[in-house]
Amino acid sequence: MSAIPILEARKAQIHQKGAEPFDITCGKHSLAGSVSQRACVFCGSRVVLYPIADALHLIHGPIGCAAYTWDIRGALSSGPQLHRLSFSTDLREKDVIFGGEKKLAAALDELIDAYRPKAAFVYSTCIVGIIGDDVAAVCRKLAQDKGIPVLPVHSEGFKGTKKDGYKAACDALFRLVGTGSTEGISPLSINILGEFNIGGEAWMIRKYYEEMGIQVVSIMTGDGRVDDVARSHGASLNVVQCSGALTFMADMMKETYGIPYIRASYFGIDDMAKALYDVAAHFSTQPTVMETTRRIVRREVSAIMPELYRLKGDLSGKRAAIYVGGAFKAFSLIKALRYLGMAVVLVGSQTGSKADYATLQEMCNAGTVILDDANPLELSKYIIEKRADLFIGGVKERPIAFKMGIGFCDHNHERKIPLAGFEGMLHFAREVHASVTSPVWQFAPARKLAGHREEEFRA
Amino acid sequence: MLLRHTPTEIKERSALTVNPAKTCQPIGAMYAALGVHGCLPHSHGSQGCYAYHRSALTRHFKEPVVAATSAFTEGASVFGGQANLVQAIDNIFTVYNPEVIAVHTTCLSETIGDDVPQIVAKAKADGKVPEGKYVFHANTPSYVGSHVTGFANMTKAMVEYFAEANGLKSKTINLIPGYVEPADMAEIRRLATVMGITTIMFPDTAKVLNGPLTGKYKMFPEGGVTINELQKCGSSAGTVALGRIASMPAARALDAKCKVPCQILDLPIGLTATDAFVDTLRQTAGVSVPDAINLERGQLVDTISDWHQYLYGKRVAIVGDPDQVLALTRFLVGLDMRPVHIITGSPSGKKYEKSLRDAVARVPDAVNIRVPGDMLLFHQWLKNNPVDLIIGNTYAKYIAKDEDIPLVRYGFPIYDRMGHSYFSTMGYRGALRLMEKILDAILDRKDRDADDITMELVM
Ligand code: SF4
Ligand code: SF4
Repeated sequence: MSAIPILEARKAQIHQKGAEPFDITCGKHSLAGSVSQRACVFCGSRVVLYPIADALHLIHGPIGCAAYTWDIRGALSSGPQLHRLSFSTDLREKDVIFGGEKKLAAALDELIDAYRPKAAFVYSTCIVGIIGDDVAAVCRKLAQDKGIPVLPVHSEGFKGTKKDGYKAACDALFRLVGTGSTEGISPLSINILGEFNIGGEAWMIRKYYEEMGIQVVSIMTGDGRVDDVARSHGASLNVVQCSGALTFMADMMKETYGIPYIRASYFGIDDMAKALYDVAAHFSTQPTVMETTRRIVRREVSAIMPELYRLKGDLSGKRAAIYVGGAFKAFSLIKALRYLGMAVVLVGSQTGSKADYATLQEMCNAGTVILDDANPLELSKYIIEKRADLFIGGVKERPIAFKMGIGFCDHNHERKIPLAGFEGMLHFAREVHASVTSPVWQFAPARKLAGHREEEFRA
Repeated sequence: MLLRHTPTEIKERSALTVNPAKTCQPIGAMYAALGVHGCLPHSHGSQGCYAYHRSALTRHFKEPVVAATSAFTEGASVFGGQANLVQAIDNIFTVYNPEVIAVHTTCLSETIGDDVPQIVAKAKADGKVPEGKYVFHANTPSYVGSHVTGFANMTKAMVEYFAEANGLKSKTINLIPGYVEPADMAEIRRLATVMGITTIMFPDTAKVLNGPLTGKYKMFPEGGVTINELQKCGSSAGTVALGRIASMPAARALDAKCKVPCQILDLPIGLTATDAFVDTLRQTAGVSVPDAINLERGQLVDTISDWHQYLYGKRVAIVGDPDQVLALTRFLVGLDMRPVHIITGSPSGKKYEKSLRDAVARVPDAVNIRVPGDMLLFHQWLKNNPVDLIIGNTYAKYIAKDEDIPLVRYGFPIYDRMGHSYFSTMGYRGALRLMEKILDAILDRKDRDADDITMELVM
């Protein structure tokens, strides 16, 4: 078949639709020695909590874990910018030997006095799990002394995958829920969960809901505020985006406060409209809500359609490869790309579940490659084999796409352009169009032939 | 005002780092290892660290960065990572087939106390390392030193593992370029080549992290020092090592192991430092300086004389890595500028600090120096005593914006501009480029601030 060897143990994590009965292995820890594109538990927690802009985020560990997560995400805040600074206990050798609790307490003491945050999150990194600091005890003590919630996040990197990090973040966040007053919350109210306000997406979505007459009590965690989270238990419905991140929260809120939840995606026209209609349907006792919703959808869709059609003209028949963090995002992307007349020839994710991959396989055409936890060699192999024109991924994938001379769209959390909502769909189409039709690709002629010369690119 | 949270009043902080001017050892080790031909860096620890290191390097170089991980789980964290590393070595040679694997540790594997040489020996004994392939390692605990230490340790490991004295001294000169850009490495080598000197340079990331678009993804690009060269460097006539912090350990180790005498110099940033470099090369290799180089030097001196009036007396704040900061400070003082706030985040020792103080001895203003310091302190100094120019990495742009001070981006990381991996700042030509950047920043500001009456056409 091809010159790129794939480890026996990896084969079960790759599936080609139509080739054999569907069965894919996933949710596994990455193999030792793999060049996985995945991250750690800490990364998952940091992603979820990062957008809470009036909280202090202190990373307890050696400097690196803090340095690499310093302001690298596109989660915007309309107010405080405290989340964009980097605070680290910067553990040194003697702390590793004698323990870091004293240093942690001193750091929190200094920081809370200096910045007066509404709450503090303390992230444990791998080393803290090994040296055995009692982070929870230090947090309890400081919470008492300073009179603000000081919440430990149990995010030691080795204790699982990024998904476990989402869970650890939700556990910490949940301790804030129910601590605020629910006064003045309308019965027509929701929380938006799993929306991080990348490029201002949460603002757009909130505007739609508010126009429908729905009160948005809190967004977890986009443009997040501690006080909003504290009173979020007063909302009537939780609207949860994405497969992994905040589902844990929705479950806990359902169990403790009896708040039902529905799932939503805000990406692509169909999914965005559905997200609004589903909420309207939930509040069907108020017939005006559904009416307004229809009007909004009509208005927004007709505003973007003419340009979308124009872009589609150039993009029809092009092929796309998708490799993203969560599988849920891939679902929306496949639909959105269809809108642009593009076919998906490869789709993979870092954290998809078995059910996710089953859905993917139903959605895709025959011959589409489905991958769990892929490495760059596998990605490049299939991109060339399947002659993709576009790659959708994150920071580590971008230069791989460019080296192969194909377009790229960043659908990760570092971008500052909103891709959600109706307007976002237009941004997405423009970005895809600009990249796929870039004049630079005519200078990368090797690409057209490369499919027949696989043996070479293994170096 | 993104950094509105920065208090003007400076308080000594005992237990924390805010907005670090450094990061952790493994990323430096990874960068050094990428400068070995056909090398796959391997992170012996859990999954998150190396994902961060790869992403950070990718953001800086806009190039694919590969590395593998031992992917520690809870089990490995309790029982040690031997099984993971042995399996990783096996998998890596099977799937990715590099020439050599460069293992570095992380805080986690260091704290657990894994004995990497013993594990590698076991892998060898078990037949996991194919004939003609290599594994080497460096210990890189991040609670000691910084990313520069990691670079120094990995570079030293190249010597310790590979250098051999064959009894015959060749005429070759070893160059250890330090933690600099691929373009700088190429320029350092070019100077020696123009002088007619045969060199072995390690590490060498030129053409690895600034490679061409070819239409295919190559896991192991063209550049890098070969293992054969590393073996032969033990028989060279001498070593010229640039940058005391990043390059001295390797140079000393080579002297001790193979009796190759070494000269340790500043990075060749600016006129005087380049003079010293060229002169040392001349003496060590017993060659004369060709006209081509004298021409470059003369052009630099000429340009300094042309533009001195705009540089004279300008107050500058510098933050960056220790070797760069020292050489740059000397260069600026030589241009009659006044470095007044100087910080490196890397712990670099008393002797280093003294060199820095000596370098600014003739600056008439009060000079703040902190080794190691962070960007919060840097910003506070600036608030209290403003300057005309900031030189620092991308993170300094927030300070520059808030305080409305021109910025020249220099150092690591640079996430938001092009050029650093293509245009060197070393040697006489590099000094011209640095001056161009500095003058552009200063004069653009002058033009911006000039009123209609005093606006000048000719400068
Ligand atoms: S644990 Fe250590 S090696 Fe890993 S990112 Fe953090 S500081 Fe760096
Ligand atoms: S040390 Fe642990 S928590 Fe920090 S980046 Fe590495 S894996 Fe993640």
